[in-house]
Parts: sequence; structure tokens; C-alpha cells
Amino acid sequence: MSNTNSLLTIKDLYASVEDKQIIKGLNLDIKPGEVHAIMGPNGAGKSTMGYVLSGREGYTVDSGSVTLGGQDLLDMETEDRARAGLFLAFQYPVEIPGVSNLEFLKASVDAQREARGEEAITSAEFLKEAKIACKQVDLPVSFLKRGVNEGFSGGEKKRNELMQMLLLKPKLCILDETDSGLDIDALQVVAEGVNSQRSADRSFIVVTHYQRLLDYIKPDFVHVLSGGKIVKSGDASLALELEAQGYAWLQNAPAEDELEG
Amino acid sequence: MTEQIDKALAREYEAGFVSDVESETFLPGLDEDVIRRISGMKNEPEWMLEWRLSAFREWLEMEEPEWAHVDYPKIDFQAISYYSAPKSMKDKPQSLDEVDPELLRTYEKLGIPLIEQQMLAGIAVDAVFDSVSVVTTFRDKLEEAGVIFCPISEAIKKHPDLVKKYIGSVVPKKDNYYAALNCAVFTDGSFVYIPKGTRCPMELSTYFRINEQNTGQFERTLIIADEGSHVSYLEGCTAPQRDENQLHAAVVELVALDDAEIKYSTVQNWYPGDEDGKGGIFNFVTKRGICHTNAKISWTQVETGSSVTWKYPSCILKGDNSVGEFYSVALTRGRQQADTGTKMIHLGKNTRSTIISKGISAGKSNNSYRGLVRMNPGAKGARNFTQCDSLLIGDLCGAHTFPYIESRNPSAIIEHEATTSKVSDEQMFLCRQRGLDPEKAVSMIVNGFCKEVFKELPMEFAVEAGKLLEISLEGSVG
Ligand SMILES: Nc1ncnc2c1ncn2[C@@H]1O[C@H](COP(=O)(O)OP(=O)(O)OP(=O)(O)O)[C@@H](O)[C@H]1O
Ligand SMILES: [Mg+2]
Repeated sequence: MSNTNSLLTIKDLYASVEDKQIIKGLNLDIKPGEVHAIMGPNGAGKSTMGYVLSGREGYTVDSGSVTLGGQDLLDMETEDRARAGLFLAFQYPVEIPGVSNLEFLKASVDAQREARGEEAITSAEFLKEAKIACKQVDLPVSFLKRGVNEGFSGGEKKRNELMQMLLLKPKLCILDETDSGLDIDALQVVAEGVNSQRSADRSFIVVTHYQRLLDYIKPDFVHVLSGGKIVKSGDASLALELEAQGYAWLQNAPAEDELEG
Repeated sequence: MTEQIDKALAREYEAGFVSDVESETFLPGLDEDVIRRISGMKNEPEWMLEWRLSAFREWLEMEEPEWAHVDYPKIDFQAISYYSAPKSMKDKPQSLDEVDPELLRTYEKLGIPLIEQQMLAGIAVDAVFDSVSVVTTFRDKLEEAGVIFCPISEAIKKHPDLVKKYIGSVVPKKDNYYAALNCAVFTDGSFVYIPKGTRCPMELSTYFRINEQNTGQFERTLIIADEGSHVSYLEGCTAPQRDENQLHAAVVELVALDDAEIKYSTVQNWYPGDEDGKGGIFNFVTKRGICHTNAKISWTQVETGSSVTWKYPSCILKGDNSVGEFYSVALTRGRQQADTGTKMIHLGKNTRSTIISKGISAGKSNNSYRGLVRMNPGAKGARNFTQCDSLLIGDLCGAHTFPYIESRNPSAIIEHEATTSKVSDEQMFLCRQRGLDPEKAVSMIVNGFCKEVFKELPMEFAVEAGKLLEISLEGSVG
């Protein structure tokens, strides 16, 4: 089933944290330009999936494979995965006191440019881009000077994650509940931000609990992750179904791939 | 993660080279005769020699202090040489052309060019090499403004009235064990006098270099800011990488007369010893300033070097409305030990002091903040604010805080805040997820932690200090 033109291919992935297996037989195939929504109950392993893909320390892969653009992702250091175009918007963004957003973002962008063999961006040029990105996520420009997430409100942190995505221009964006804790207006801002970035060579994994977000960001596929694997996949209509019925009817359902197999 | 950070922290000490200069060095040992010879080498007047000898007699009666949270082998004071100077300095070079090029190269390698054309505009430098001052730059320009900036050995001869009046006035001879020793055997350091109402037209700085083996460096600095004057002064320090410990015992005295302001910054990068704690400088320093009415003294220090640091730059807020500040970054790694902080002694009315201390501990190091805030009965309406933050990197290091508060005036207000944090897994992960390598991530997080202190440094040096931390934290990540 592995497809040569896939951007991301996850095959039979099993992964653990602190000796506890959380991801248990995950399969997922994402082509360039696609938007995949992932829903599922609390504790299903959605965030864990994001951490395993981005190579967070303490998360070990027990078996299975993951490729990004044909490259073996699991073999790469965390920072190299990022430089290869993987971006994770955190469910709970962490603060880095005293390090300004602007400084942090420029260093990130420069590190990624350097990995591509490009020159560092000039400060003036970067400031211009950063100001535009601020506007797009509706954060005042003054946030560039503040410490990374330092004292930001919950919603501001989420918008800040999105701003980072806008500036880093990744190939694969994993948005882990970027819609949680947002007010209605902010939800639209985030959705517009994502939509503006949709393109033939950029894919998204949108983790969410709310069908509402998917009214704004139209997914190509919706998956239900439960017990560490995908138990159901469908199109946008699946989200509506879940909204109406919850997850209970799926909990004991056989996994998609088992059905296919 | 700890392993990642440890690797990121493994650093090279860039200033660890030895300069090949022929020196005249006293044989190790300390007695009255050695002190007479030091005084003789400097052609000092009789009163200075007498002062040294009386300090020496006091020192003999004193005990080495043991209260600091540091642990090091007992120092054999007879095994140290108390004077070493490049031979070429003997006939007192009158201009830069006459200075041994090897000495100039040493400073150039350390990033302190002494050739006027290459010098940083706006910064005058006094370069002290082992026991002597090699060169003091921009003296003419400073003289035009009436500012005296010269080696203290020269000031003793040329400005005896000023020296006599103020030396030992802030740090008395008997103040403590190392201060008394310094009074007896000090060799060189800087002397600054800013006349009334004068704003010093340049940044002044002294660069201390230890080169010779088995010598101690006993720096003595005296800065006098006359009424309404203003000066900003910076010192830097480095030493070669050696397996033996070397002693640096300095005394710095600041006098800020009415309405004067002194800003004193230190970037201390003495050789810290190797991973296992072998070698490195013992940095036992007494720094104190006195503020008269409306005067202000601000200490800023970035301490990254030395194997053992024992240092408490302090302010005596004698005059009403005077202000004392202490901003400190102390980074320890490997087996380094630092016990540093400040004393703010409030005597006058409405005196104010601010203490911001940032301690960063990594490896197996120990980093202690020790601070005293004293409000004397006369300190009506005085205020102190202390913020004391520790950042731990890894779990083998220690951070300790020893705040002492003594208030004898009920109207005085003292605030103390303290935090301890870690470079967290989450922060490291965020940085790396955005494409930063672990080294860059650590140095960025540490720099962020120090921001409040760095912004107090003169601009040129803030960049330096940031870089210094980066070098301190730099290493190869496999
Ligand atoms: N360090 C850890 N040690 C032990 N268990 C962990 C650890 N990290 C995560 N888990 C467990 O793994 C499971 C999956 O967690 P994860 O955060 O991936 O869930 P999630 O699907 O993102 O849930 P939510 O919708 O609440 O965000 C949970 O049961 C969680 O308690
Ligand atoms: Mg989650």
C-alpha cells in the first residue's frame, strides 16, 4: 500500500512512553496537499502520535516504519525532522522566559535555511515577514518582543503556534488541538490561517475534538484514533456522525486495516 | 536529555594559551622581605610600604574563612610567587612601539587590541599582565577631561594624596583574610579619578591576564567619582589552562561622592579547571563601594570562569537617597564552585537597593547565592528588592540560596523573591522541533534566563557576554 508519491507513510507503528505502549498498530498515508483530521477520545494517543513522529525524547518506537517524503523519519534527530519539513503545533505550548518570540523564530528559520544550504535571512527582511504573520493570526506586533509564550493567554499561545507555522512553511503540519480554548473569532482566524497555507505541496494533520473546526477547514479525510490505532476512517461526513453519536459505538469496532485485510 | 545537554556544555576554554614572554618572577614564599621587594620593584614611597607591612602583620593573626559553601584544598601561601612581570617591562616602555610585541599579541588574541587604530572606539583599556600594567590607552584624551586613569602603582607616586585618602577607606585592611593579604602584596590594578561634575567621556576598562605559572595575582583597584560625576568601568579576566590552581585575590574599592554614579561591570572568565576539577583559578575577591548623598553604585557581573569563586560586590549606602544595585549572572559547570552575592548596607534615609541574581548550574557544579540586606536604625524609608533565580541543567548540580536580612528600622521595606527552574524537556523539545540543535537551544534558553542582567551591561559587552555564555555552553554534539 506504500505509495511512492505519499508525503507521509506510517506503517504498523507501535510506540511506547515510559514502558507503556500507547501507539498500537498505527497506519496512515498522507499525500501532498491533503488535510487529514484526527479525532478520538481523551487518552487515545493523538498527542503521543505527534510526539513520536517528531522524535521527542522518551518516546520509543517498538516496531513499524514512518517515511516523510520517502526518507526514513525514525532514523532522524528531532531537529532534522523539523528541517525536513515536519512541524508540530503543540497542544500545550511551553514558555521560554526571556527569549523573545522574534529571536526564537529567526533562529528557527535560520537553522532550517542553513540545513537547506541557504543564507540566513536578514533581520529587516525577517521582521517584515514576522509582522505579516502576526497580522494573519491577529496578534499585535508587540508579541514579537515578548518572551516565547511568556504570560500569553491560552488562545494567544495557540495563535502563536500558528504564527510559527506560517513563518517556517513546513511540508507537514501537525496541529494538535490548535482549536481548543479559542473563542469563536480566534477559531476563524486559525482556520483562515490554515486555509491560506493549504497548497499542493503542503499537508496537514488536524487533531481536534470539535466538528466545528472542520466546518472551516474542510478535511479530505477524517480518522478516529482510539486505543493507539485508527479504528475508523471516512470523509468529512464522519465528523458529523461522531458529533451526533460520540465514540462509544466505535470503541470495540475492529480497526480499518483489519477490515480491509 | 541530560546527556544531550552535557554534551552541549562540553566546551573549550579559548583563552587557555600561554604567552611566551620572559618574566622576572620572585621565588615562591611570603615574608616581610618579599613585601619590601614588591614595594621596591614599584619604587613605592615609604608610607605605602608601611601600610603593606601593617596589613601583613594583621594577616598573620587572621584565620582563613571557612563559612562559604565551597570546598578546596588548603592553600599553601609559601608555595606561591607574589610577583611576576615581563622582563621587557623593566625599563618602562614609554609608548606602544616600545612594548614587547608578544604582549600586544596576547591581548589581540584575547580580542583586546591595544593598537590605537584597532581599538574599540570609546573604550580606554588598562592591560594588566601578571603583576604589572602593560599599557593604558587613550590617556591623553582622558586627561583633557581631567580624568585620571592609570595603573595604581603609578597613582601611588603621582597622586599620593588621593590614594592615601581613599585606599582602605571602603575595605579596611583587616576586613577579611584575603583582603588583608591583598593589602600586603597587591601588585597592580587600575586607579580612576573622575573630577567634580564630569561625565567620563569614554568607557574605562581593565583587562587582567594571568600568564606565569605558580604566581598569584593580587589586583587592587580604586575608583573615585567626585561630586556629580559619572563613570562606567568594565573589567575582564582570563588565564592559561593549567593543572595547578592559581590564586587571584583582588580588592576593589569604589567611592561615589555626593550625586556621583559609578557603574562597574565584570566579565570574569578565569580558567575554570577541567571536567574533573583539575586546575583553575581560585577567585577570592572583595569588592565594595560607598555611596554618599544621592550617589549610585551599580555592580554588574557575568561570572563564567574560575574553579572556585568567592565574591560579594557590595554597597554601603551611607548618604541619604543613595542607590545600590547588583546584577549578577554566575554560570558554573564541570566541578566549578561559586559562592557569590552581595551586601547592601543601608545607613542613610530613603536609600534603595536592587539585587537581581541569576545562577546557572550545570554538570557537577555548585552555585550559591549569598546576600545580606541590612537596614540600620537610620535607614528610614529604605527599600530593597531582591530577586534570586536559579536555573539547573541536569540533576547532578546544586543551587543554593543564603539570604540574610537584618532590619533595624521598622519603616524599611525588604522584598525577596526566589525561583528555581530547570531547562525543561519541553523547552528543549520545542526548540528542536523548530529545527534548532541542542547546543543552540540550551544557549538560547540560558541567555533568555539572564536577559535582565545582560541589559545592564554596556552595549559592546552585552554582546560579548552573550557570546561568552554561548562559548561556555558550546560543544560538539554527536
Ligand atoms: N509520560 C507518560 N507516562 C505514562 N503515560 C503517558 C505518558 N504520556 C502519555 N501517557 C498516556 O498515554 C495516553 C495517550 O496520551 P495522549 O496525550 O497521546 O492522548 P490524546 O489522545 O492526545 O488525549 P487528549 O485528547 O486528552 O489530548 C494517555 O493515557 C496518557 O496518560
Ligand atoms: Mg492530546
